[in-house]
Amino acid sequence: MANESAHPKLMTIGEGGSALAFAALAMFSIVVAAGAFTPEFAFHAYLFAAASIAAVFAIVNRYYERPDEAAPLVVDGKPNYNMGPVKFASIAAVVRGIAGFTVGLIIALQLAFPALNFDLPWVTFGRMRPLHTSAVIFAFGGNVLIATSMYVVQRTCRARLVGDIAPWFVVLGYNFFIVIAGTGYLLGITQSKEYAEPEWYSDLFLTVVWVTYFLVYLGTIMRRTEPHIYVANWFYLAFIVTIAVLHLGNNASVPVSVYSSKSYIVWSGVQDAMVQWWYGHNAVGFFLTAGFLGIMYYFIPKRADRPVYSYRLSIIHFWSLIFLYIWAGPHHLHYTALPDWAQTLGMTFSVMLWMPSWGGMINGIMTLSGAWDKLRTDPVLRMMVVSVAFYGMATFEGPMMSVKIVNSLSHYTDWTIGHVHSGALGWVGYISFGALYCLVPWLWNRPLYSLKLVNWHFWISTIGIVLYVSAMWVSGILQGLMWRAYTNLGFLEYSFVETVEAMHPFYVIRAIGGLLFLVGALLMAWNLWKTVTSAVSTAPANLRLAPAE
Amino acid sequence: MSFWSKHAIFEKNSIVLVIGILIVIAIGGLVEIVPLFYLKNTIEKVDGVRPYTPLELAGRNIYVREGCYVCHSQMIRPLRDEVERYGHYSLAAESMYDKPFQWGSKRTGPDLARVGGKYSDDWHREHFKNPRSVVPGSIMPDYSWLAETDLDFSHVAQDLKVQAILGVPYTPEMVAKATADVVAQATNDNPDAVELITRYPKTNARDFDGNPTRITEADALIAYLQMLGTQVDFKLYDDKANIR
Repeated sequence: MANESAHPKLMTIGEGGSALAFAALAMFSIVVAAGAFTPEFAFHAYLFAAASIAAVFAIVNRYYERPDEAAPLVVDGKPNYNMGPVKFASIAAVVRGIAGFTVGLIIALQLAFPALNFDLPWVTFGRMRPLHTSAVIFAFGGNVLIATSMYVVQRTCRARLVGDIAPWFVVLGYNFFIVIAGTGYLLGITQSKEYAEPEWYSDLFLTVVWVTYFLVYLGTIMRRTEPHIYVANWFYLAFIVTIAVLHLGNNASVPVSVYSSKSYIVWSGVQDAMVQWWYGHNAVGFFLTAGFLGIMYYFIPKRADRPVYSYRLSIIHFWSLIFLYIWAGPHHLHYTALPDWAQTLGMTFSVMLWMPSWGGMINGIMTLSGAWDKLRTDPVLRMMVVSVAFYGMATFEGPMMSVKIVNSLSHYTDWTIGHVHSGALGWVGYISFGALYCLVPWLWNRPLYSLKLVNWHFWISTIGIVLYVSAMWVSGILQGLMWRAYTNLGFLEYSFVETVEAMHPFYVIRAIGGLLFLVGALLMAWNLWKTVTSAVSTAPANLRLAPAE
Repeated sequence: MSFWSKHAIFEKNSIVLVIGILIVIAIGGLVEIVPLFYLKNTIEKVDGVRPYTPLELAGRNIYVREGCYVCHSQMIRPLRDEVERYGHYSLAAESMYDKPFQWGSKRTGPDLARVGGKYSDDWHREHFKNPRSVVPGSIMPDYSWLAETDLDFSHVAQDLKVQAILGVPYTPEMVAKATADVVAQATNDNPDAVELITRYPKTNARDFDGNPTRITEADALIAYLQMLGTQVDFKLYDDKANIR
């Protein structure tokens, strides 16, 4: 800034403004840290201060390093894509995924062997379980969504990502939010709303990141040189917009003090329960479904080298899915103190939701028409197609479990956990792995290191998923039946702890399943690492594959 | 068919697409959530439900902090086996001051909606120290440090004040006496307990953690657990009057 007169180059408003904003945030964080009620909150305030100062240095340093002119939008008649943030988010996704699966394995083992809680506050199941769910959904899934969406929107719009600092702020800011959220859980900072545990200050920061993400995404669509917005972008856009609405509604809270990490939610009791599951089920519907359907609509056609099966089906799929999903929340509250009319609405719409879900599944799988043979030769494509098959399975099971009489058995049991994981490991996991196996070679212009390893990954983790899901089906239904079992004299047959002890073998099997899934992901990490670090080559080494692009 | 070509308006105008998405996703949420705030039969009319005492609120915040809701529900469904196992089914009124609600979604451990008074303070103490000492076969983690950690209640009045702003009926007097009320409730035979019980009817006031020299996190958490589900007198409750 000091050399403005000597230099022909000027600091842009974005650079100057964001440097000033981060400097202000750093000062504010230090003030908060000094007065913080608890050492845990002071730690977080110092993290914010350190990250803000690092951001100021990075922005100023970048200003001195960069060329005088901003990066051109077009080079040699081709869009000058901005893939730096995409690369970062792709790597982050792999790292976060491994971490999230590992924590999942640990907590699975804690349920089988409670001594593994070690009588230490920071690693008890109650604090680790939110760490696992947030790590896999938001850290792994979120980075996959940010990476793929920023890639897809540029390619399908044939336009460079909008913004200079903004896309970097989105990926780095989002990953900083993950650090705050994750360390917070271990330190006991949580508002206890499932899948929305981070406290008020993390939520505020995420809001800023998310609005930036939305503006970058929408701006890039507006910059498109194609007349139509491609279907994958509809889904990504619905995911970004809806998550913003849900996040704001569910996290409405008032902090006890600016010096306290604790806040109280504006809603209470039954209304809070309804708002929570309106959020919670649509974190599934929009984060884990709509977003990943965006991946399906781009990566499967691309990998199979076939057009999407039906354009009209994708229109119906899109609007009916986003309309119906929002209603499904009350099926998490069957037979509770939520009024019956709301429960019935939730069940009805959940059952209806089966149709658009299967419409989407058909659209994804039938995209392989004329390319079915590739399932034999391309394990990456196989992974993505099996993912869509898991999607179909989970979206049949979901409506079934939302029927009240089924839910009276399944609710509160491991059946729910099994259902979630057939969707999470099978659908979200596999479509993400498939996308990463496509994306990393495309981004780094190198052939995938080994298709054989992908094959190993596929089979090891498929066995893992089968073990996991079937163990949870058996334990869930068994426990549900034991809770309601009566002796012939009319007494409850089992005490609660007897039903807990009966779960032990299934918890061990589940942990083995989780271990296999983790081993598969480690193979992927190794494979992608070897891909990125291999000698530069743009031609795919394995000619059995169609060229990636 | 011309019908399909009309969709181009969404595909060619990003703002129209965003507005379309916003309208379509707004409907379900509005229909399901908004009436819960004005339909009078959403929350039953019952006597006895009062805000948490400062000590119980501190205990509840520990319950939240430790993620107890991850394994324990606080919502008894009106099913025969649940009512026989846990007690009267839960009413919406019983969690009307809960910010946030703790109904839970999974029963790795049993429901706690009516755990108050079911076990002694001694039992809870031993159970937190080592759950398997009183329930062989339990898979709950040990929480021995709770009884060793002093409760930080220096800002508890601020907690009450914020809850009062959000509609929980804490009076200015309750806020002013919050810190003293914590001490009064967590010690044996405290003369201030009489005043505490007039502010918060049916409050248990005693040393919960078996260590009268300190007020620990175990005091707060056990005080919270011992009041759960005890506020409504179901001998007097008329469920016919509250058919929804």
